[in-house]
Formats: sequence, C-alpha cells, structure tokens
Amino acid sequence: MSNALLISAASAPGGNLLFFVFALAACLCAVAVVAAQTVVRMAFWLVLSLGSTAALFFLADADFVGAAQLLIYVGGTLVLLVFGVMLTASGPYLKISTSPGEIVLGSAVALLFLFVVIASISGVNWPAPAVADAGDLQTTAGNTLRPLGLSFLGTRPDLDLADGDQLSPGYLLPFEIVSVHLLVVLIGAAYLARAKRRATGT
Amino acid sequence: MLSGVAKWAFWNAGPRFFFMALRSAMRVLQTVTCLAPCFGMGQSVMMLAAQSIADFLAGITEAIAPGKGLQYVLAAVIHAVLLVHAFALSPAVFIWLERKVAGRIQDRLGPTRVGGLFGWLQSLADGIKLVQKEDLCPPAADSLLFRSAPYFVCVASFAAFMVLPFSHGWVAVAADCGLFIILAILSLEVFGIIMAGYSSGSKWSLFGGMREAAQMVSYEIPLAICALVPVIAAGSLNLGEIGGMQRGGVQNWFILHDPFSFIAFFVYFVVATASCKRAPFDLAEAESELVGGFHTEYSGIRWSFFFMGEYASMFAVCGIASILFLGGWNTGIPPLDDALYTARNASGSDGSAIVGYLANVLGLLVFVSKAFVGVFVQIWLRWTLPRLRIDQVMTTCLKYLVPISCFLFLGATLWPLLLATAAQRSTWTPQPLGARAAAELRESTAATSAPVAEMPVPAVPAVQAQLDARPEGAIQ
Repeated sequence: MSNALLISAASAPGGNLLFFVFALAACLCAVAVVAAQTVVRMAFWLVLSLGSTAALFFLADADFVGAAQLLIYVGGTLVLLVFGVMLTASGPYLKISTSPGEIVLGSAVALLFLFVVIASISGVNWPAPAVADAGDLQTTAGNTLRPLGLSFLGTRPDLDLADGDQLSPGYLLPFEIVSVHLLVVLIGAAYLARAKRRATGT
Repeated sequence: MLSGVAKWAFWNAGPRFFFMALRSAMRVLQTVTCLAPCFGMGQSVMMLAAQSIADFLAGITEAIAPGKGLQYVLAAVIHAVLLVHAFALSPAVFIWLERKVAGRIQDRLGPTRVGGLFGWLQSLADGIKLVQKEDLCPPAADSLLFRSAPYFVCVASFAAFMVLPFSHGWVAVAADCGLFIILAILSLEVFGIIMAGYSSGSKWSLFGGMREAAQMVSYEIPLAICALVPVIAAGSLNLGEIGGMQRGGVQNWFILHDPFSFIAFFVYFVVATASCKRAPFDLAEAESELVGGFHTEYSGIRWSFFFMGEYASMFAVCGIASILFLGGWNTGIPPLDDALYTARNASGSDGSAIVGYLANVLGLLVFVSKAFVGVFVQIWLRWTLPRLRIDQVMTTCLKYLVPISCFLFLGATLWPLLLATAAQRSTWTPQPLGARAAAELRESTAATSAPVAEMPVPAVPAVQAQLDARPEGAIQ
C-alpha cells in the first residue's frame, strides 16, 4: 500500500476526458450492435460496449461493480452466447436480416425510450458531487469492498457510526434472496438438462 | 559476375528490402494504432494507481507545471511502460525456456545458435521473423473479427498485470478486490480465442474455438472456488494484503494454513494450467488433430500475439498462485522476512529509503522466481504428459475438479471453527493470522495521510461483534 488516493480519478484532470472517451465508445458500440448483421459481430460490439461501461465504473471508483460487469457480462454471458451460436448455426456466418417495418418499429420504440430517459434525467436536480477532503476516506479511493462485504452481512458501519444507537439491517435480505434465487435457477437447469437426456435415451 | 550480383541486388534485393522495411514499419504503426484504443481501458484503470506515484512526483512536477495534470500523465506513463516491459519480456524468456526444456526432455539441444550461449537470443530472432511475415486474412474469414481477435487475447492478459503486485506495494492498481478483477480480466481472454476460431472460416479453427469455449466455461468454476480457499483464510481480496499476511516463515504461507488449502494449491495449479490452454489441456490448438486449432489461419504478428498472450497469462496465473498460496514476495525465512519488513517500514527517514527500495527489489526477485518455477512446471508438464481427449477434459473438470474444489471450499470454512472448538486457537501456527492481518492493515492506513489515523474506531457493538466473530481475530 503506498500513498493515499485522496481524489477520485474522475475528478482528476484527465478523468473527464477519459469519461467522454469511454462514454462515447459505449454509445457508438451499442449503435453498432444494432446495426450489425451477424450475431457474432453483434457480440463483438457488445463486448466493446460493455467493456467501456466497465471502464466507466472503474473511473467512478466502483472497482467491484466494474469487475463484476467484466466477469458476468463479457466473460460469462457473451461467451455463452457465441458458444450457442457456434453450436446452432447452420451456415458459416448466420445473418439476421431485418425488414423495413421492423426497423421503423424498433427505431420508434428506441426514440420513445430515449425521450423518456432524457425527460427523467433533466427532471432530476442533481447535487454537485461532494469533493472528498483529506481524512474523509479511510481507505483508498475505489477500495469499497470491505464496507460492501459488511453490509451484505447485515451491518452498515458507515451509517451505524453516524448515529450510534440505531442499527441498519444492511443488505442481508436481498443478498439471501439472490442466493436462493440462484440456487433455484441451478436446480432448474439441472432438471432441464436431465430431462433432455432421458428423452434422447429412450 | 560481381556486377551481375550488384545489379541483381540493386534491382531486386534493394527495393524488396526497402518495401519489406516499409511494410514492417507500416505493420508496427498499424499495430500501435490498433492497440491504442484497447490500451485505453488499461490506461484509465491505471489512472487510479497513478495517484500513488503522483504524490511521489509532486515535488518534481510542481516546479515544471503546477497542478495534478502532469503528475497523472507521468505516473500513468511510468506504470504503463513498466508493465508493457514485464508483459513483453516474460513471453520472450518463456518461449526460449519452452524450446530449451522441450529439447532437453526430447534428448536434443534446443536452440543453440542465435546469440551464442544457450541460444538466448532465439526469441528475438523469432520475433523479427514474425514481424516480417505477411499478414494474411483468408477470403472466407470475417475480416473485422479475424483481425481484432488477437488484440483481445493480448490486451486481456496484459490488463491482468495491472492488478498483480510484483512486490510489497509495487502494483499499478492497488484495488481492494484485486483478485476479483484479475480473475475477471483473465476470463476475457477466452473471448478472443473463440472469435478467432469462429471468424477464420475454417473447420479446424471452429473446432478449436468450440473446444476452448466449452473448456473455459467449465474450468472457470473450480479456478474461482480454489482461489477463494486462501481468501477465506486471509479475509481479503486485496492481493497486496494477502501477500503481506504470509510474512514470517514458510509455516505462514497459505498453502500450509490448513490441509484443505494444501490440496487447493494443487487443484488450482491444474485448473490454471487448463485455463491457459496448456498441455495436457491444449485441446484448442491440438496440433496433431486440428492443424493449429483456433490459430490455424493466422500468420505473422497476429499469430505471435496469441502466443504472447498465452505465455503472459501463464506468468499471471503462476503469479496469482504464488501470492495466494506461496507467500508472494516473502522469502519464507523468518529472520530475513522480519529484516526486510523493518527495512520497508523504516523507509522515509534519512538514507533508509534506498534500503526499503532494495528490500522491495529483493521481494520482486523472490516473487518472480516463484512464478518462474510455476511456469517451468507448466512447461515440464506440457512435454511430459499426452493430450487428453475433449470428453476426458470435461469429465476431469465437471466430475472431479468441481466437486473436489467445492469440498475444499467447505472444509476451509469449517477448519477455523474446528480449531477453535478443539484447540481454542485460530491457526495451528504460533503466530495467529489476526495479528498479521492487523499489522498489514495498520501499515496500509499508516501510509495514508495523518488525519486518517485519527478516524474513530467503530465502537458499535454489532460491528465489534462482527469483527470479533471472525475466526482470525478482530481486524480493527
């Protein structure tokens, strides 16, 4: 551990520039996903888009979320997607052609959604980001893992310290719900895989 | 006769050489421009780490240009250049080592000519040859994916070096979830290989890519679970803290922390070998059946990018193994470890900064030699064991390695409870882990600025109980 990281990278002089670079990359690659014709090319652009989003998380000092984004979406979901395309595609490069009607309908929905997003973003009164003073941060910037882990266990040291007599439950309940949900998904997947094998066996 | 040779040289060799040089230069330029956006992501992450050196550089740059801007850029450039060198030089060494070891195992000499003694310049000669080769793209290939796939592999394994600590505090990004980030980044490498296999427009490549996808999707599970076993002992995902806690003798290394982590080390090593697609798990390239697997259609510099990525990620996974299980940069000799620790901590006062620096250099050498031994064993395995079949690879993972690693994970969680109830202690070693963890944390917070040390210690009963309940002892 070397010296303190008292300013977040986003507030650094280069941080804003990098933010625009990655935000632009994420948006352009997302457009390219829609414009691409083959599924694997879509996956390629999606990797770049999601990777840029992960970089935005890293810029915002949310290391854990950025790494989770990389591991789950890029390393997990997209690999499975391409793997599925490889196993199921009939030709060498499976093309998806969109009819003009679909393009019109899709762009209309997209524009409506864009309108909703812009309206809701402009409606919020965004507070100016608080600049961290020296001494405000116990750990280095981006090192949020220990408070995160404690809050998943059911304690919020940051809140509990503020008013000593009241304890907040943290995120124990959502964490448990998610883990039970994942267990259900796992059992379901195992059941489906078994059923298919029996059907082919008999 | 002589004039004939000269004439030929003038009309043929001269322009040919000129064009070859021009093409190589263009290739290098193209490579640099292609890599630039990919490295952009790395640079941004590096900005986080830049600040540690930025503080260091404050005195120097303040005279030239006030403000933080120059410091950031300078620090990022220093980190990036150091890491690029580590990333580019380690494959060069390992490729030479691979050829020498293969030669020895097959009862021949391996490279002997280039560079004189032991043919140590062989990798450079290979590299020059590969840069000059024609950059082919088959007509059946999807050229965008085909051309960009090697960069994915290369950038993913390069980015892993950003969170890998090479010595005490010598890390580009000292992230709190360093292990998580490094596993996430290493899992991106498979995407480049799948894309290469798919976009080549060749059946051999497609088979290689499919095998790689199936293999990696399966092997990531035991890899992560085995990496979690020492994390349970350490109570941290920060690679720097995990390494620091293993100070003070071999008995403090996490491989000897409990019987489960001892087995977990070997399981991790097998799975890490598979995740680098090394023999006996190199189904993705399988020369004897698939020509070259996913890289059948590649040539020249793009082909060599795959191999740079492969050897660099071999070093990365062995480095992770050495930090998680083998004490990282700690020597394992108690007096020497303590001396180095005091030397590092005393740095800052007059004249002892250089001693602390040298202690870190020694730590770097220890870490690199541990990782180097791991890579050597991987090379040794490659030339000793026959390749498995794809169904055997999947069986090994899903029927053996996943249950074994789950069992080890469960055992590692139960071990502290067992020790606490049976022997009323937290570890079997005389020095409890909690003390080491506390020292590590104290050090990391003491390094930050002075007001931080005056942070109120959490006195809330629930928090305190939570920390006391930890088997290793309270961290605060």
